[in-house]
Amino acid sequence: MITPRYHREIPQRYRLEAGKCQKCGEVSFPPRLVCPNCKSQEFETVRLNDEGKLLTYTIIRVASDKFFGTTPFAVGIVELNDGVKLTTQIADVDFDQLKIGQKVKLVFRKIQDEGKSGLHCYGYKAVLV
Amino acid sequence: MRDVAVIGVGMTQFGELWGKSIKDIFVEAALKAIKSAGVDHIDSMYVGSMSSGLFVGQEHLGAVLVDYLGQNPIPATRVESACASGGAAFRAAYFEVASGASEIVLAGGVEKMTDGADVTDALATAADQEYEVYQGVTFPGLYAMIANAHMHQYKTTREQLAAIAVKNHANGANNPNAQFRNLVTLEQVMSSTLVADPLRLLDCSPVSDGGAAVILCSMDIAKKFTDTIVKVKGTAQASDTIALHSRKSLTTLNSVVSAAQKVYKMADVTPKDINFAEVHDCFTIAEAVVYEDLGFCEKGCGGPAAEEGRTAIEGKTPINTSGGLKSKGHPVGASGIAQIIELYEQLTGQAGKRQVKNAHIGLAQNMGGTGASCVINILEAV
Ligand SMILES: [Zn+2]
Repeated sequence: MITPRYHREIPQRYRLEAGKCQKCGEVSFPPRLVCPNCKSQEFETVRLNDEGKLLTYTIIRVASDKFFGTTPFAVGIVELNDGVKLTTQIADVDFDQLKIGQKVKLVFRKIQDEGKSGLHCYGYKAVLV
Repeated sequence: MRDVAVIGVGMTQFGELWGKSIKDIFVEAALKAIKSAGVDHIDSMYVGSMSSGLFVGQEHLGAVLVDYLGQNPIPATRVESACASGGAAFRAAYFEVASGASEIVLAGGVEKMTDGADVTDALATAADQEYEVYQGVTFPGLYAMIANAHMHQYKTTREQLAAIAVKNHANGANNPNAQFRNLVTLEQVMSSTLVADPLRLLDCSPVSDGGAAVILCSMDIAKKFTDTIVKVKGTAQASDTIALHSRKSLTTLNSVVSAAQKVYKMADVTPKDINFAEVHDCFTIAEAVVYEDLGFCEKGCGGPAAEEGRTAIEGKTPINTSGGLKSKGHPVGASGIAQIIELYEQLTGQAGKRQVKNAHIGLAQNMGGTGASCVINILEAV
């Protein structure tokens, strides 16, 4: 991931900034230019609710080269309390504790080391509440 | 639009073809298709390829392949819709003939996956790079999350998913072009290495090299070339959110539901009229979900259907008689065309030990990513 691309995503990865449609109220994460629900193009920036529940999950045993050495790790789809859904790693978890419907909370973590320079890339991960 | 026929097909062996380049593989399949159709020229061609750029560092694939096929200066275009690239190339060729713009068009697909690229990373580009892949999720991981949700919602069992792999290997054993012609048992599937829980190695389609091509022409001239005419009865394509997490349901693929509605309408058929189908079983769970979303059974019955033998060659609706992506192999861009080839062979009675009795109408369902794109074609023996 080259630097401009990483930098551009910082509001989402560090601060969970989303776009709330001014017409229908749907929250899009990441923000979009067109509301997928009503096609409106007017948004206000909001911060996501950082708590929610696990809709599904898996344990990645074979990863791409970027994540070599970090397997096995858990990944899930989380539905936050404001209705937004996202894909995230689930950190600090004993895999036996994972189950659908579990309450989780998003925390700030290192996600990967990028490319030859080994640049640390950060973002959100879920932890069990 | 006028009626379109498929009059010839050709494919390479699917597998680890270390001695052959992407050019060799495509040209071999295309020459076989041209010879099979008995045409002396083609007016145009479309090639499906998911990621020749990442797999072999080659873009501009239409130009590369038409050159090596010795067909300059006809137009040649690469079509990309991830794993549905082959199906999308077939649709493009169909429209070019149906519109009357061309008489004879080649639709092909090719992928060369064993030249040393990071295959897991390349395949993951079919998902949302920033909001799925960044987190470390892989394609097996995404389908594993669908599997977990499906097992939770519909009580689908591990054994039912394994039954899909067992059936597809049994079919592929009788396909001379299949990558894996060995039988596997339920126990072998369920004890194979975990890739992304609950999916194991034998739930996953393999990494493959391979090419496939078919020749389409107008119905008006098809009779000049062959007596065994296969008509394109319907074609449809649909889209869904790129990220799996954005969907209302994690266990229904809306692009499949939507494309199925459209293609059944165009072909004027219902699921009951389909005698057999090739579906996109990149993972065992995908076959179960697609079987449901095509309307072959109620939601949640995709697992039991395989377990009870309803999708076997002698069952009510045979699914993946070719061996599917699972056993035949999944050279991504070629898979959609190889599905059409299986339909052609079944509809013309050339499927040998895999032959389905009374095969008049067949369906091919090809999808990209976790179903963000889906192409469905229906072919009929006339
Ligand atoms: Zn809106």
